[in-house]
Amino acid sequence: MRELLVDVAVIGGGPAGLAAALAAYKAGAGEVLIIERNHELGGILQQCIHHGFGLHRFKAELTGPEYAQRFINELQETEIRVLLETMVLEVTKERDIYAVNSREGMLKIKAKAIVLAMGCRERTRGALRIPGKRPAGIFSAGTAQRYINIDGYIPGRKAVILGSGDIGLIMARRLTLEGAKVEAVVEVLPYAAGLARNVVQCLEDFDIPLYLQSTVIEIHGDERLEAVTIAQVDETWKPIQGTEQRIECDTLLLSVGLIPENELSSGAGVELDPITNGPKVDDTLMTSIPGVFACGNVLHVHDLVDNVSKEAERAGGFAAHYALGQLSTPVKRVKVEAGENIRYVVPHMISLDKPVEFFLRVQRPQEDVLLDVGGLRQVKKPSVRPSEMLNITLTPEVLRKLEGDTLRVRIVSPEEVGADA
Amino acid sequence: MKRKEKTKKAVQVAIVGGGIIGTLTARELSRYELDVLLLEKEAEVGWGTTKANSGIVHAGIHEDPGTLKARYCFPGNQMFPKLCAELDVSFRQNGILVVALSPEEMDMVHMYYQRGLERGVPVRLLSREEVVAQEPNLNPEVVGAVFAPEGGAVMPFELAAAAMENAVANGAELMVDSPVLDAWVEDGKKYLETPTHIVEADVVINAAGLFADEIARMFGDDSFSILPRKGEEYLFDLELSGLVKSTIFPVPRSKVSKGVLVISTADGNVMIGPTSDDVEDKDDVATSYSGFERIFSETRQLVPGLDPRKIITQFAGVRAASDRGDFVIEFSATVPGLLHLAGIESPGLTAAPAIAADVPKMLEEHGLRLVPKRDFQPRREGVVRFRELSREEQDELIRKNPAFGRMVCRCETVTEAEIVDAIRRGARTLDGVKFRTRAGAGRCQSGFCQPVIMEILSRELGIPVEQVSKRGAGTEPVHYKAKELLAKGVS
Repeated sequence: MRELLVDVAVIGGGPAGLAAALAAYKAGAGEVLIIERNHELGGILQQCIHHGFGLHRFKAELTGPEYAQRFINELQETEIRVLLETMVLEVTKERDIYAVNSREGMLKIKAKAIVLAMGCRERTRGALRIPGKRPAGIFSAGTAQRYINIDGYIPGRKAVILGSGDIGLIMARRLTLEGAKVEAVVEVLPYAAGLARNVVQCLEDFDIPLYLQSTVIEIHGDERLEAVTIAQVDETWKPIQGTEQRIECDTLLLSVGLIPENELSSGAGVELDPITNGPKVDDTLMTSIPGVFACGNVLHVHDLVDNVSKEAERAGGFAAHYALGQLSTPVKRVKVEAGENIRYVVPHMISLDKPVEFFLRVQRPQEDVLLDVGGLRQVKKPSVRPSEMLNITLTPEVLRKLEGDTLRVRIVSPEEVGADA
Repeated sequence: MKRKEKTKKAVQVAIVGGGIIGTLTARELSRYELDVLLLEKEAEVGWGTTKANSGIVHAGIHEDPGTLKARYCFPGNQMFPKLCAELDVSFRQNGILVVALSPEEMDMVHMYYQRGLERGVPVRLLSREEVVAQEPNLNPEVVGAVFAPEGGAVMPFELAAAAMENAVANGAELMVDSPVLDAWVEDGKKYLETPTHIVEADVVINAAGLFADEIARMFGDDSFSILPRKGEEYLFDLELSGLVKSTIFPVPRSKVSKGVLVISTADGNVMIGPTSDDVEDKDDVATSYSGFERIFSETRQLVPGLDPRKIITQFAGVRAASDRGDFVIEFSATVPGLLHLAGIESPGLTAAPAIAADVPKMLEEHGLRLVPKRDFQPRREGVVRFRELSREEQDELIRKNPAFGRMVCRCETVTEAEIVDAIRRGARTLDGVKFRTRAGAGRCQSGFCQPVIMEILSRELGIPVEQVSKRGAGTEPVHYKAKELLAKGVS
């Protein structure tokens, strides 16, 4: 078994891993290694051939492969080492990584710091427990995207898409452009789950009907999918009798949520947040295991890749500091708590001695509200939606004013704040 | 194809149906100098009731005395360790536990215990404390239990496929995609018609599962009927592995079923089910909201910690129960040389090796002369399961064959080499690969690996990707090449 010694090992060469590795390199880490299972870097961006990436970061509308390529080009100017077609099988709490590829066999990589950047997977039909038969023709939206954009195959000619997440919306347009007919996009929530711009550009521009507060209640067909039955749902997501509607289709795509892929993390003993399904991290993006950091969709599912890159750069930088022995142990630790209408906040712990960028999502849409961070800072928000991540940065000067050992983040109405004052 | 144009073929024994009964019978008969042909209607064996079986190797305490079920269950159970070792299939002797949640239910527990003692089945009575110590995640209100340590778990499809592979290696012949369309007797000979062949056989073994009554009727024998009974099952993420060690049975509340169970599968997943509902349609494998609710509420009483968010997939199978309420294992009274192995519902999987082992004796009594093969090879060439090896062993394997270094299924740690081996052993479809190797059976349910496995199947079988199917013709996941729809239009 070959052994490697590195300063920073980055698991995953998608957008998070690329940005983390570059940041670690720039921060002075000597040996930086990216371990990637695919035959190329870029992760899921390589199959996202639509544009809309990089508006914040590069002030340009790039496609997924273009966005990735900017990082890959930058990487080629560095001494960062990349292992492609290499699968990590295990990470230990001592920061040993076991990985395999067909050229070198089993590798044992001893890392001073590790950045977890494995991304996420799609929720499946099984997780939703959609009743009915099990014919061919049911795909997660991302799998269908890969078939079309990477492999060059079209799953079918008449599709229904369950879930209005961004990949589902993008695939509605993509299938239409390939000559297939998208009969319906069906969403259980009373509003679209994906970005507003995608609803307009992918559904409305192509006259694809969006059925809100509805879901697929049965799957028909023995061999190939023949039809689905959809129905409206009540507030508890139970189908309402009498609203059933049968839609003939040979393809059903599921865009019903993403799940961070933390099997390696939990194998190492990293503590996970049951809401994000990602590791609990502090303000250096370090997990419960010293020297193991996390960023990107393995930490929490992001809305925009621009935000992934930003977060990953911080994780990579701190990982380099840790590897070089430059990351000091914080004096004080404060717990971050999700308050009213907040689904989650990352990081989970902060130290008050460095600036913190909080990433958070709300539970339900609201208009004209204030985002309140521990009473230290309030920001006006004309509207908040679960599909769009919020972020806010607080400086150590502001953070130090905090009293107590909990920082509560919440969404409040302006009247409420007025009453408080 | 017209009947006249079909290829004629004469064999001594034709087996109709490649489920667990047909495949194990084929293997038993391949011990002798006999022409044995197995006809399977699907693209691979084990795809009917067998595939959706719970995979429990029962202990032999549930069956009522005097039934064929009781006669074959415990002897079948005793054959599993050797059989699974010879065929190199997963087998876990993790025991079965029948738990009482009230003092009244303890009466049944005592009855099973007594029955076990009478039949020679190893059994132990466990007190509340002993049960809780053994299975800490059970409902704390458990009163007591009977434990049968020799109960176990197998993967039924894997066993059927392995048995067939071994039978073929010993000279039996398999024809897939070969449903029996018609059957008749002419001049004392029995004939079976498939889409491509007319098969003439001295003995026909009817192991057609759900369709066994239809095969019998083609020959003019209407001595039994199959009453399809559906069961739904829900499978949890491997993350929950170890939540229960043994398979947990409630005390049954009906005559027909053993109740809804918390199963610990041979692969280590937790699975809950099955329901037990009579259905009209033998192909009705749909799952339902109500089925899930019943299963979940009942199994929650046994194991309160079951988390529905950790369910990764669900499926249903249909049991081939007979109208006699028991197995039908007998020569037809009206058609000489037609042997029924039918009505095989639970504990059919457990009983299967014992039933199959009885078939040669039955054929001899019927007058067939059986000469043992000198070179019968009971052992199937071993399967490499990469995920079960040590890091050093894995390293060594990759050096011998680099395809072991190409990870295809990340959820279940299945390599390209294992998939290629499965195809070499007879897998022709995505399901065939999945059931043999577990590739695609994990938490992402093949979202990541399906396109890769499609490529491998296409390459190894020499067919276009659009012809690679989930489970036979009509189930191809991708239908068109890019731009093909634009050229043809949707209509």
